[in-house]
Amino acid sequence: MSDPLLKVENLRVSFHIKSEGDMPWTKPRELHAVGGVDFELKQGETLGIVGESGCGKSTLARALIRMVPGSGNVVWMGGDNLLNVSKSKMMNYRSEIQMVFQDPLASLNPRMTVGQIIAEPLRTHQPNLGNAEVKERVKKMMQQVSLLPNQINRYPHEFSGGQCQRIGIARALIVEPKLIICDEPVSALDVSIQAQVINLLMELQRKMGLSLIFIAHDLSVVKHISNRVMVLYLGKVMEVADRNDLYDNPRHPYTQALISAVPIPDPEIERNKEIILIDGDLPSPLAPPSGCVFRTRCPKAQAICATTPPALDPQSDQETHLVACHFT
Amino acid sequence: MALLDVQNLSVSFNTNDGVVNAVNDVSFAMDAGQTLAIVGESGSGKSQTAFAILGLLAQNGMSSGSVKFQGKEILNAPLEKLNKIRAADIAMVFQDPMTSLNPYMRVSDQMAEVLIHHKGMSKTEAIAESVKMLDAVKIPDAAARVRLYPHEFSGGMRQRVMIAMSLLCKPKLLIADEPTTALDVTVQAQTMTLFSELQSEFGMGVILITHDLGVVAGFCEEVMVLYGGRVMEQGPTDPIFATPSHPYTRGLLKAIPRVDQLNAELDTIPGSPPNMLQAPKGCPFEPRCQYAQEDCVQSLRPLTEFAPARKRACNRELEELV
Repeated sequence: MSDPLLKVENLRVSFHIKSEGDMPWTKPRELHAVGGVDFELKQGETLGIVGESGCGKSTLARALIRMVPGSGNVVWMGGDNLLNVSKSKMMNYRSEIQMVFQDPLASLNPRMTVGQIIAEPLRTHQPNLGNAEVKERVKKMMQQVSLLPNQINRYPHEFSGGQCQRIGIARALIVEPKLIICDEPVSALDVSIQAQVINLLMELQRKMGLSLIFIAHDLSVVKHISNRVMVLYLGKVMEVADRNDLYDNPRHPYTQALISAVPIPDPEIERNKEIILIDGDLPSPLAPPSGCVFRTRCPKAQAICATTPPALDPQSDQETHLVACHFT
Repeated sequence: MALLDVQNLSVSFNTNDGVVNAVNDVSFAMDAGQTLAIVGESGSGKSQTAFAILGLLAQNGMSSGSVKFQGKEILNAPLEKLNKIRAADIAMVFQDPMTSLNPYMRVSDQMAEVLIHHKGMSKTEAIAESVKMLDAVKIPDAAARVRLYPHEFSGGMRQRVMIAMSLLCKPKLLIADEPTTALDVTVQAQTMTLFSELQSEFGMGVILITHDLGVVAGFCEEVMVLYGGRVMEQGPTDPIFATPSHPYTRGLLKAIPRVDQLNAELDTIPGSPPNMLQAPKGCPFEPRCQYAQEDCVQSLRPLTEFAPARKRACNRELEELV
């Protein structure tokens, strides 16, 4: 069996927080944004990451490409650990891993033309390419994401949100990466535009054999695009499974609550379905609950949940379905 | 008599780039205790419709038509009259709870202000009443939390504070402008459940402005679909979801991925929403509509009833949309 594209083991990200009024010598408090995440990503596969705001989904993605410092192992194709390689070597890997961001307009430089924006990664990673060739490749890329090549000299503000997101995707794809990390790529878009961008991403993935890490809070969108789905809560993995397993048979109480809360655009189903309401809010990540982090809101919580954190274990009847709960 | 009767409401804005007709000829009526959804994408005019009803348009905005609340005309009414109605009879919940609460004031002060102004209560009475209302929206330990500032609450809690504040005077009509858009699904479910409970408790009418068709399906009896400042389709929720009569509504329902279904590919609506500065003369959906013909560019039939209580605005007959 070939090595997975990305093998992540025990990835941790902590931030040091200084509170107002702290003395200079007071030790900063540690905030564990991502607390020991493991997963594998095969080539051509899409991994969806879902969770509420503040659960660490974006930080996890950023740690993979060292936009925030993390610890642990991020093994690229059975070789280097991306978190340890030298800066110059990491530069090479950056052309293999690209990112698409949430706010389409804010992630494009307003003073650069579309052509310059899309060409920038190419000029950085392949500096000896001639101007004519760069322009040729930019135009070809624009066609692939359904932008008109004659718009190459326009500025971002002249485009709509959906088109800006296409520019963002073109910029990510121009260096022909193997992996694209999409951080909420469609949540800022209108409903009728969302579908266009999702279809575009899936089509390009098929054509170019890309792997995707798709972060979103919208569970329906993640269901549509992913092969495997990971559910995060307070920086910990609650459940990972193949898409159909997770949605048809969610086993973690948190996943069950999340899925039941998604509104379905069908009055009959929506009015009669049972919603598992979980009370309260996300606890502060500065003082996470002991044991299982979800226990303060969990309908099934018992004494053991407060003392022992549950391990993320495969289910006895389903090897690929991993759940971190004492009661499954 | 209808609780709220809106006839031919139009809203336009004078901008440096010309006049923008944000809302054109919107009419609807609702009774006490009813829920109406106004659905549309950004720029469709859904929020401006609500702002016009309460006289909250920006300085350069103008509204025309008629808005009758309990039989009395309130559109473009003098500020004095409007201020008596706002919050007391018609209350509003805004999309972003952080920017719509005053960050410099304690929650207790902002909430008490409403009661002192409208009900002439003393400050102690007003705060006691506010605490009761915070209890009603299930804020734990309300008596202590009422002393906090907005930033000390989480997003979902802030939205509850907003809802509690809007309910203080027991309004007859509540307008909620994307109340759950900024919230997570679990909190959204909490908030919508809370809305239904409060509605049956207080018996108020609710206008819910949203782009989330799932929320509409679960909560509303009537739906109005806006696109490019015009009503495309209007009627009871169930038949609209079962047999949408407008190409836009049909496209929209097919374009959203569903958590209970799996489609290989999503149907898309090509193109993007119209630029309201160059508003189309005919049907605003024409450039993106697969059934469009030449006459759609020039004109759009007015909203007409084609089945009991159901209205649509489309030049093509229902039979033509296959």
